[in-house]
Amino acid sequence: MLVAVASGKGGTGKTTLASSLALVAAEKGKVIFLDCDVEEPNGHIMLKPRWEKKEAVRVPVPEINQEKCTFCGRCAEICAFHALVVLPQEVLLFPTMCHGCGGCWHLCPAGAISPGWREIGLVEEGSSEGIGFVRGRLNVGEAISPPLIEAVKERCRPGELNILDAPPGTSCPVIRTVKGADFCLLVTEPTPFGLHDLELACEMVASLGVPCGVVVNRSDGDDRLIRQFCQQNNLPLLLQLPHDREVARGYARGIPAVKVRPEWKEYFAALLSFIEEGGCTGARTGGAQREGRHGQDYRLRESGRTGSR
Amino acid sequence: MKVAVCARESHINSPVDQRFGRCPYFVVVDVDSGDWEGLPNTGCHSGGGAGIQTAQLLVNAGVKAVLVDRIGPNAMEVLARAGIQVYEGISGTVSQSVEAYRQGHLKLLSQPNSPRHSRRGRS
Repeated sequence: MLVAVASGKGGTGKTTLASSLALVAAEKGKVIFLDCDVEEPNGHIMLKPRWEKKEAVRVPVPEINQEKCTFCGRCAEICAFHALVVLPQEVLLFPTMCHGCGGCWHLCPAGAISPGWREIGLVEEGSSEGIGFVRGRLNVGEAISPPLIEAVKERCRPGELNILDAPPGTSCPVIRTVKGADFCLLVTEPTPFGLHDLELACEMVASLGVPCGVVVNRSDGDDRLIRQFCQQNNLPLLLQLPHDREVARGYARGIPAVKVRPEWKEYFAALLSFIEEGGCTGARTGGAQREGRHGQDYRLRESGRTGSR
Repeated sequence: MKVAVCARESHINSPVDQRFGRCPYFVVVDVDSGDWEGLPNTGCHSGGGAGIQTAQLLVNAGVKAVLVDRIGPNAMEVLARAGIQVYEGISGTVSQSVEAYRQGHLKLLSQPNSPRHSRRGRS
């Protein structure tokens, strides 16, 4: 099973949630943590894996035979990403703009372009306390991360719980991470910024056809903004993690939330069972029903919530 | 000799545009005869690589110099390799900028004067 942890807004707690979820899942079964935020991976700070192997990831890039080239300009004309410029006596390539689509080497009338390879980053694998760990690391200055994210996702293990820690936002790298997941947890914070970006993230996940549920981090105990949005959109609000100074202190020192607050483990366990028992279909067809069944198990601040009504 | 100026509109009295890759038009002026023509910048709506595409347009148009306010590293590299001179410091209208160029008031650029645009996002 593939569970993606994403958020529209950055800094809401994706890695906090994903790392604690992995630790709790590892007590029951096999789990692998895949850090798909290849531009700024940080899951290793929480889970501290021992590295076992690494592999370079390459993407195709045009190689131009200047002797065969007639400088007709066709390649620059068809390049949708403006990676090629044809001067009167020279062809310039901007490798970081290239998406490796192959249009230029297929369409060059002089047959002067052939595919070459260019390294864009690394996939590293290891393990931590029984948790499989994979992360991608994009080389500095590279612009295009989806092929590296794809290489990370190729390390998913069927039959195990695969937790994909996504980059923030709603752009291509996030889409590449969430696409094909069985469930997506959207982490947010109870602020207007959190709500705004949650709305964008929900649209993105819906258009990918991936069922999702919402987790509020740094909950104020009420989270009215987020709660209303979830109700209006029939989204399950799965977990409200309190704003906790000790957890924040632990985070700053690279200590996962459930190690600071072992009593939180049961909430992560309930969240996992919700997803594994078909939260997927429940969330898609009607979150409210699911909420009713599981609500009290995984809500941390049930009393705060009802008390405010 | 043909000189291109970054412009908001397609005529000689247009206000100049501060951007290179994203300016909607160039006004191409023949500094010897004073003739001019508007050149729509087909690169200005591209998702990414606007500066590169715009530089290719000017290479194809056969200009020898371009007058700009700001220009980034990719465009600068293309123009430098193509032997097109880049002058900075335009203001007011296209005709005022061409006059400043004629009088030697604009500075010849050898390095980009604007940072690379953010590449995070659609890729």
